[in-house]
Formats: sequence, C-alpha cells, structure tokens
Amino acid sequence: MNKLKLAASVLALSAMSVPASAEEVKIGVISILEGAFAALGQDGIRGAELAVLEVGGEVDGNKVEVITMSSDASPDSAVNAARKLIEQDGVDMIVGPLSGSEGLALRDLSKSYPAVTFLNGSSAAQDTTLRDSSDNFFRFGGDGAQWMVGVGDYAYNDMGYKSVAVIAEDYSFPYTQVLGFMTEFCSAGGKVPEKFWTPIGNKDYSSVVYSIPQDVDAIFVALGGADAVNFLTQYSQAGGDKPIIGGSITIDQSILDSKGPFKKLLVGAPAGTPTVSDYDGEEWSAFSASYTEAFPDGFSAPSIFAHHYYMSAKAAMLALDAVDGDLSNDQAAFRAALTDLTFVTPTGGTMRLDKNRNGIVDNFVTEVYEREDGSLGNRVVKVVRDVDQLLGQDEATFLASGPVSRDNPSCP
Amino acid sequence: MRPAVVLLPLLALPLLLNDFWLTQVATRALILGVMALSLSFLATYLGVVSFAQATMAGVAGYTMAYFGPNTVGLGVPLPFWVTIPIALALATVSGALVGLIARRSRGIYAIMITLAIGVAFFYFTRQNYTFFNGWTGFSGVRAPEIAGISLRDPLPLYLLSLATAGLALALVSGFVRSPLGLTIQAVRDAPGRVLALGISVTTPIVAAFAFSGFLAGAGGILNVWYQERISSFSVGLGPIIDILIISVIGGLRHPAGAFVGAVVFVLLDTFAVDLIDRERFNTLIGCVLLLIVVVAPGGLHQLGADWIARLRSPDAKSKSSVRANS
Repeated sequence: MNKLKLAASVLALSAMSVPASAEEVKIGVISILEGAFAALGQDGIRGAELAVLEVGGEVDGNKVEVITMSSDASPDSAVNAARKLIEQDGVDMIVGPLSGSEGLALRDLSKSYPAVTFLNGSSAAQDTTLRDSSDNFFRFGGDGAQWMVGVGDYAYNDMGYKSVAVIAEDYSFPYTQVLGFMTEFCSAGGKVPEKFWTPIGNKDYSSVVYSIPQDVDAIFVALGGADAVNFLTQYSQAGGDKPIIGGSITIDQSILDSKGPFKKLLVGAPAGTPTVSDYDGEEWSAFSASYTEAFPDGFSAPSIFAHHYYMSAKAAMLALDAVDGDLSNDQAAFRAALTDLTFVTPTGGTMRLDKNRNGIVDNFVTEVYEREDGSLGNRVVKVVRDVDQLLGQDEATFLASGPVSRDNPSCP
Repeated sequence: MRPAVVLLPLLALPLLLNDFWLTQVATRALILGVMALSLSFLATYLGVVSFAQATMAGVAGYTMAYFGPNTVGLGVPLPFWVTIPIALALATVSGALVGLIARRSRGIYAIMITLAIGVAFFYFTRQNYTFFNGWTGFSGVRAPEIAGISLRDPLPLYLLSLATAGLALALVSGFVRSPLGLTIQAVRDAPGRVLALGISVTTPIVAAFAFSGFLAGAGGILNVWYQERISSFSVGLGPIIDILIISVIGGLRHPAGAFVGAVVFVLLDTFAVDLIDRERFNTLIGCVLLLIVVVAPGGLHQLGADWIARLRSPDAKSKSSVRANS
C-alpha cells in the first residue's frame, strides 16, 4: 500500500515538471522498432529524418525537432504511441505509422485530436482515406491497390494470363493489394477462380499448394517476408510450375538473394510497387545518394518505408515553409498548404492530394531478371504516372463496389 | 482506516495530474491492475497460474464491441446497461469454462493448458470474421455517455477505474473469507483432505476461475473503453505476458500487489523509450524486470512492506525469522 502512495507522489511530482516549449515545431514519428519489422521500421525513421536534414533542421527560423516512438505492428500500440507523443511530448504533427491496421487506428484517433496533423507513414489500407476519412489525416503516398496498378493489365495483355489463382495473407493490406490487381485484371477479361487466405506467419502451405487449380495460368502471391519464402519453397518442392505474379512486398531483394529452389519460378515474374531500390531515374539517383550519405549504416538504397516516410516529412517541411511556420488556429493555414501542395517525388512524378487527402502517385511494374552473374534482380518494365485512389474509375461506381474484403472483389 | 489513507491521495490525484498522466499512466495502471488482480487471485488463493486472463478480459471487451457502437459495421448495438451485464456474464462463463478444462492440472500443466486456451482464442479471433472481424478487429468503440458526459473523458474514466479497482479488491478480500473462498484455499493446500471431507474439488476450482473471469471481465470492459478498440492483438501473447509480468513484479502474496506492479509496468512501458536509445528500450525494460525479480522475489509490494516494517521496528526482521524457525 505504501509503495502505491510513493508511486502516486512520484507521479504527481513528475507531472509538474513537464516542460512546455512554443518555439519549436515538434514532429512525432511512429514506426515499428521492435519485432520482425524492426529493421524496416528503422528505415522509415531514416526517411523522415532525411527530410528534416535536407532543410537543415529548421524552417524559417523555427527549429524542427523529431521525436520517435515505437509501435509493434498492433493498432493498440500505435494508438498508445500517438497518445504519448501528443499528450506528453506535445508534438504538432505525427508522421507514421508503418502498417495497414495501425493506419486505420490512427485515422480514428486523429478525429479526437483536431489540433494535431497526422501524416501517414507507409501504411496502405484503402479505407484509411477512402471511407470515413479524417480532416487532419493526410497520406502523401498510395494505398495497397494503387501499388498494384499496371500489373493486372500487364499480366493479361503482355503475359497473356487469362486465369489466375490468388494466395494472400488474411488482413487489410493484402486485401487491398488483391483489389488493385483484380480491378485491372478482371476488367481486361481475366478470371480469378480461387482465392486462398492464409494467416500471417503460416508455416505449412501444403493444403494450399495441392488445392491450386491445374487450369490456371499463373498464381498471384501477396505474401510478405518469411511467408513468401515458405510458400514458394513448398510450392516448387511439390512440383508446382505455374508462373508467379508478386505483390508489393512479395519479391524483394532478400527473397531474390535467398538460395531457395524456387528461383526458376521467379524469373520473369511481374510485380507492382511504388519504390524500386535500383531505379535509374535522375531524381531517384539523387535521393538515393543523399540517403546513403546521411546514413552510411543504412540499407544500400532507400526502402519503400524510407521513401514513404520521407515524402510525408518532406510535405510537412514544404507546407511549414509555405506558411512561415504558422501553426496557429488549429493549424488551419498549414493544412490548407498541405492540401494544395505539389512537389516532385523521388521517383520523378508529381505528388499531390485528392479530395480525401490521399496521394496521387506513380507506380512501377517490375519484373525479375537474371543478371549476368546468375543472381536475380528486379527491373522496371512499366511506369504508370498519376495513379489515383479510385484507380481511374468513377467515384460512385468505385464506392458502390463496397469495402474490400476476402470476397470483394470477385470474378470467378 | 488504512483504505482511507490510500484512497484519499488517489482521489486527489486528478487535481495534480494533467490529462496524459491521469489517463495514460494512472488509469491504464488501474485497468491493467484489475486484470492482473484476476491472475493474482488465482495464483494466491487457488495456487494456479493462469495464462488465460487476457482471454477472459478479451471476451468481455469483444462483447462490448460487438453489442456496442463501433465503426466496422458489425454486431448488434444494444444500450450499455444491457451490454455491461452480458459482457461480465460471458467473461465469468469463459472463466468457468477455462476452470472446467484445467481443473485437474496443477503447476506447469495448468500453465500449459491455460496458455493453449489463450493462444487458441487469439488465433480464433484473428481468423473469425463473423463475430471478431479478424485481424483488424473493432475500432471506434466508444464508452457510453451519461448525462452528456462521456465515460472516456479523463476524469470520469479515472474515477470509474479507481472505483472498479477498489471494488475488485474489496470483493477479493470478502470472497476469500467466505465459506467458498475458504474451501478454495483448502483445495490449494490439501486437495486430498478436501476430498476426504466429502467435498468435491471441481466446484471450488471452477468457482475460483469463474470469479477471476468476472474480475478480468471488469478490467476488459474498462480496457476496451480506454483503447476505444479491440483486435486479436489485444488477446495475443503480448497482453498475456504483460499480465503475468505485472502480477509477478507486484507480488503475488497480497492482492494490492497487482496494482503496484501495474504502476511500475506502465511507467516503464511509457517512459523507457525516453531514457535510452530508441532501439534498445526493450532491453532496459527487460533488465529492470529482471532486477525486480532478483531483488524482490516476493514482489515489490512485499519489498515495500518489509522496508516499512523494518523502519518501524529495527528488530522486526529478526523477530519474523524467529517466528519462521519456530
């Protein structure tokens, strides 16, 4: 009991010493710094820090302070991190989070904090901005469906696949990826007779491998990290020989570098992504060079996470500059500046927002190729500029098709 | 007189703390404390460590979400005065079910069975979309408004949590003195003798689990109001272990230990990231917890009580050791 009293008085004392500073602009960055995503989450932080470094740590005489917080991929932890940043550290804006369901949670939270501006990190669930959007939640990037634009069309028209089976993890981000692929593929005339949803972290894919229909032309695999390695290994060991189509996080360099027996399946596999690490565009080379210079211990090139956190933090810097650091009146001027902002992205496109404050972005279709030394890499086969969240469709039609789920869309 | 000494400063706390401290630290500690109390109760009076407390709390939380306001368009909205009893009843039933399944096991086997139940429930919520909405779970779960005041506002939520915690402590201390509570302790000490007296051991065990389910359910309701959301993550291995850590560092010998543990845990969880390099804060949390377990095997509550006793009479320690020897 007495311990409790002591704790209470410690609480009380510390509360009175909470500092308050009005001179600085404080940016809270939320990323995943623990567990399986820790290395990638760290790269997200680098992206946000790079944008602040580029302006020399101050905008129009206002010092910019970056405060980072970790979440663990769960919505609860992202909400707790945001609450701490807002209520304890007194941040003016938040950049983050990293994963899909966290983004939905922060979108909901942002409605309770109208005085704080939320800039999405790399989370890519569709409904974060499309349905029930929040006035102070901005996404300077695309959703998982925008990241697949170009692939469905490429698979049907260039590769000649008429029928594709889908295997994907069972949560909001893969749903959105499948939607992006199927929207194009189905309207081009393709069929998706079967979809397999597996739990994240699944080890045994044998039941899926033997259920894949024999008459499909290819398999669309929207799995990430170890899940993709496990599935591809088991599929090729079982004698599977259907060509693969990849999601945005399926075929990354770590999979291409692994020694699995599935390598022959991957050569020529197309995938959709907003970030190609070794893209040879002029702006990307400059971005990549400044990233490597600022973070010698980072990755060899910026990842998708560094890219997206960078764009959000850069947007914040540009908008701050446009309003001379004026964050008064619940940041009204700052938000207006964000809404009207256009800037050139590291991939060479023009970033701007739609009416739901979601980015209109560039997307890449890549394919896996074999280098001369026998190793595998991704190369760009197609760039699609100005992809909006409605995927080029009429808004009413797009919304009428309902929220994305296991069974939506469907074209068996 | 003693409860008043603790209660008055706690009631005065809102005057001293800002909203962040009141909600994110004090209220969260009280809520986690109520959940940990459900584990401490089982461990102390039945002698069984259960890993299924997060499950029981989750049952109540999911019930509140399913039958309450949420933004995922699932469930049947009912008024809160109907939902709360349903949630508490379901949590109690889930506790009784866990007790029924684990009734024959002790020690490590009870841990294994309850852990299995907890993890099974976690995967079930993650993959079931009809009732639990899978991975994403429920968001936008709002606490009810009474006379225009939302129970989620910092002060009402704090007072509500404080009242719940006080009630839970009073319930536990009353329950363990009742005939059923005494039987539960008899089952802990000598199940063979209880059987020899002609009393079935199943009923006390199931009753103890049901009671702990009720406590966990109360914590679960507060937690879903505090978080304003619930998902499979809320019933996963993380929360299961958090509850265990809180109980252990607080100390299992006195029910109030759960709250001491919760305060320390919440302070660490919230501020470790400010004290040390952002990439290493989990190491700090781990080290502090290790230190507590090594320095205070009986938990922080016990350590504090020992210190106070020593301050009051310097020879108290030798006395108590004499008593232990005799």
